Amino acid sequence: MNNTSTTGKLFDTTEKRLTEFFNMLGGLTSFSVRFIKEVFLPPYEVEQIRKHMIELGMKTLPIVGVTGFIIGLVMAMQLSPVLKRFGAEAFLPGSVGISIVRELGPVICALIFAGRVSSGIGAELGSMRVTEQIDAMEVSGVNPFRYLVVTRIFATTFILPILTVYVIFISLIGAYIAVVLVQNMTWAYYLDRVIFSVEFGDAIPGVAKTFVFGYIVGLVGAYKGYTAENGTEGVGKASTSAVVVSSLLILIFDMVLVKLTLWIWPTVK
Amino acid sequence: MVEIKDLHKSFNSNVVLDGVSFNVTEAENMVVFGRSGTGKSVLLKCMIRLMDPDAGDVFIQGKDVLKLELKELNELRKNIGFLFQGSALYDSMSVRENLEFPLIRNFDLDQKEIDERIHFVLEAVSLLEAINKMPSELSGGMRKRIGLARSIITKPKLMLYDEPTTGLDPITSKEISVLITELQHALKMTSIVVTHDLLCAKIIADRAIVLNEGKIVKEGSINDLTTSEDPLLKNFFSDEIIEHKGSMK
Repeated sequence: MNNTSTTGKLFDTTEKRLTEFFNMLGGLTSFSVRFIKEVFLPPYEVEQIRKHMIELGMKTLPIVGVTGFIIGLVMAMQLSPVLKRFGAEAFLPGSVGISIVRELGPVICALIFAGRVSSGIGAELGSMRVTEQIDAMEVSGVNPFRYLVVTRIFATTFILPILTVYVIFISLIGAYIAVVLVQNMTWAYYLDRVIFSVEFGDAIPGVAKTFVFGYIVGLVGAYKGYTAENGTEGVGKASTSAVVVSSLLILIFDMVLVKLTLWIWPTVK
Repeated sequence: MVEIKDLHKSFNSNVVLDGVSFNVTEAENMVVFGRSGTGKSVLLKCMIRLMDPDAGDVFIQGKDVLKLELKELNELRKNIGFLFQGSALYDSMSVRENLEFPLIRNFDLDQKEIDERIHFVLEAVSLLEAINKMPSELSGGMRKRIGLARSIITKPKLMLYDEPTTGLDPITSKEISVLITELQHALKMTSIVVTHDLLCAKIIADRAIVLNEGKIVKEGSINDLTTSEDPLLKNFFSDEIIEHKGSMK
């Protein structure tokens, strides 16, 4: 009897979770379609987009910079003894450079951006939703989706690639410091080895995929906030789940995009 | 001016509006009474399509609101003011920006005219000194006044008030109610006020309806309603009077 009721409860919970998950997927898809429809329609909120890009970029710049620097430093420190074991120390700048440019820089930057920005957008729009500010905007004849959502998604899509280039550069500096500690190498020689090893075929897909990551961060944050309900509790949930969902989607899309890149561009070393 | 016909709205099995019908004529002040949770706010939101009703018709200025395209609906909304229960001021904007927002986006006005309108509404609500403040720096009563100022700045023909005095002390409540009446007369607007505050209703109402369990149970002047022998109304208004006296102490 007890086992049956426990199984029943488990079934109910799983069913509820699955329903919520598919509802969210449906919601995100229709939100995405609405964004694509509305982004091309006037009035174009250029001033709002500019404001969000500066605000979100400045807000994230210090944390992604520090993280990028440490990642580069640690990466080089970890790789150095391994390469030494195989007598391949000369490849250190190249290996670090390729890892950072192709994968670590874009993904780490996107994950930190998601943690910082997606939750912020979720909380901001969520609080506007529960305090009826979005309704007030709608009643005054202004399209809140275009003013609040389209501008934010647009801003995150275009600011993340810029931040990624910055993170890659800072990571390479971090890695250089680690290299200098173990090998006697000048900055010019280090940079030459990195540039020699990293090709456009490494850099372009690495940075290009961050447009998709930026879109995901904006879309999930805005969706969670815009559809928040149940007062302040709902705002908290919107903010937390925005981070979880956007981080997960970034990793899933990274996997798909890496596979896609290798399929389209098999000559990439 | 406003015609509501057989409006229905449910949330799952919870019936909130169950065939509500009434008319409001031009320049009339109609009060909708009812206990909490009887669907008063839902009624207002269905009227301007912040929520879609399940069935029924809403006509405002002769237009079938529920059948309008979004563009037409937004045009109509420019003639409607809405004072939200919590004022709904935009947190990230100053008072000036809150007031400017609907004007800049919806009307082709030069800066001089925008400034004149801001001055006019702030003077009307006696808060000219708050022009550069942020909403977080304002008290509940001040927020309500600024919310009112933002609603009337577009010179709407119809004003909808959702519990305009909720959460305010009795003196501020009375001040807001008087202010609403003065503005109604000055701007010759039609208004629908949703409230459970008897004093507010007495000050504002030309006519009132009482909502209970999603239906209109009585319609008439405030005097008719408060002196009615109907047990439900007697019960409702006696509770209101006790609550009002309690809050005055």
